[in-house]
Amino acid sequence: MKYIGHVLAHLRKDLRIEWRSRDSINGMLFFALLVVVVFSLAFDPTAAVSRQISGGILWVALLFATVTALNQAWTREQNHQVLEAQRMAPAPASALFLGKAIANMLFVLVVEAVLAPVFIVFYNLHVLGNAWLLALILPLGTWALVVNGTFFAVLGLRTRNRELLLPLLLLPISLPALLGMVEATTGVLTAQLDPLEINTWITQLAGYDLIFTIVCILLFETVLNAE
Amino acid sequence: MSRPAIFRTVAWLWFLASLVVLVIGFREAIFLVPTDAAQGDAGRIFYYHVPISMLSLLFPYINFVASLAYLYWRRRDPLKALTSDALALTAAEVTVVYATICLVTGSIWGRATWGIWWTWDPRLTSMLLLWLLYVSYLMLRRFSSAGQSQTLAAVLSVFAAVDVPIVYMSIRWWRTQHPAPVFGGGPDSGLDPSMMPAFIWNIVGWAMWGIFILGFRFALERRRQLAEQEAALSAIEASLETAQ
Repeated sequence: MKYIGHVLAHLRKDLRIEWRSRDSINGMLFFALLVVVVFSLAFDPTAAVSRQISGGILWVALLFATVTALNQAWTREQNHQVLEAQRMAPAPASALFLGKAIANMLFVLVVEAVLAPVFIVFYNLHVLGNAWLLALILPLGTWALVVNGTFFAVLGLRTRNRELLLPLLLLPISLPALLGMVEATTGVLTAQLDPLEINTWITQLAGYDLIFTIVCILLFETVLNAE
Repeated sequence: MSRPAIFRTVAWLWFLASLVVLVIGFREAIFLVPTDAAQGDAGRIFYYHVPISMLSLLFPYINFVASLAYLYWRRRDPLKALTSDALALTAAEVTVVYATICLVTGSIWGRATWGIWWTWDPRLTSMLLLWLLYVSYLMLRRFSSAGQSQTLAAVLSVFAAVDVPIVYMSIRWWRTQHPAPVFGGGPDSGLDPSMMPAFIWNIVGWAMWGIFILGFRFALERRRQLAEQEAALSAIEASLETAQ
């Protein structure tokens, strides 16, 4: 229970700081909107086509937005020597990581909540499948991006070209999750995938989340203490 | 003979032996095996593509095990840790080389028999992802500063090792549901006896060649590490002298 207390403390701190500046949410939101607009201009989709491609576009927009925000996620901690403090503190290091990842997850979920209506308007969307499944797919997919993204952001913290490195590491690792998200979302939007297949994708996404959350928690301390 | 001299002799003998085996394999594959009825001479690329693809799935495991050893020894025994890090780096480089050859020969073969260079078939996709993962591993090593790159790279190697089976399985599940597009499939279900010698000579030859470049690159990396240590040591000594 003490561990959860540490996680919540970190989460509260991140949420409060973000609430005061709202930098990363605003940045992500505007970036994601821009991607949506660019894609709709580039493809000029009709209703049927947009249903086919909007799953992919949604996730690409979110992925890029997440990467841009995550590049900044640890800068504040580094400037204020939080990482050094964490190394000396008796609290487990992974609590810092989990708090940060949950905070990032909440930010991206806010962006998704704003983006969804825009999507419906811009792409003339009309969901043919079980729309409630999206309530399962979106958080699972977001967590897959955010948990690895937060981890690789801290991994690249003390490297040269950090902004370049994060997507280079995050994209290959996330490809299986990305495949799952896009297939499941498109399946729900078009209703062309039978429920069993969508279930397989969702289970796979959940498995991916579980495995990588465990790996991140186990290895975070190693990365934090890499001299 | 001193130890390095023995190593050098063994390395030379190994290199020559692998060359001999590769030459025999070349002769078997190009001249002795009967021409494939369906594919013609293009089918002979089989003897290069398949052994190299099989080997390129083997080297990532060396990288993974060496990275785990690095993480284990990092605090306990720094010298052993350095050795395993050198091995991890070399294994990753050899993986990239073999996976590249596999992808290139595969596309050439695909162009010859299917008429297309690339298709998003499960097998091809998972191989491409493996390649991407290990290229990003090498990128990370290049970008990170000297003190941390080993630890960061070892951590990334664990991620890659977890990712590879997921990619493989996810795409397998996908395949069972969708019929694969255009994939004739290699002759997995047993080789014709006439093809066996060429295949075996080639897989042994490429394995020997891979082990040779692994060892060569490992020795090079060890040398670099030792030179670095010596430079650090002499820098420390110099700083002590000026302090007095």
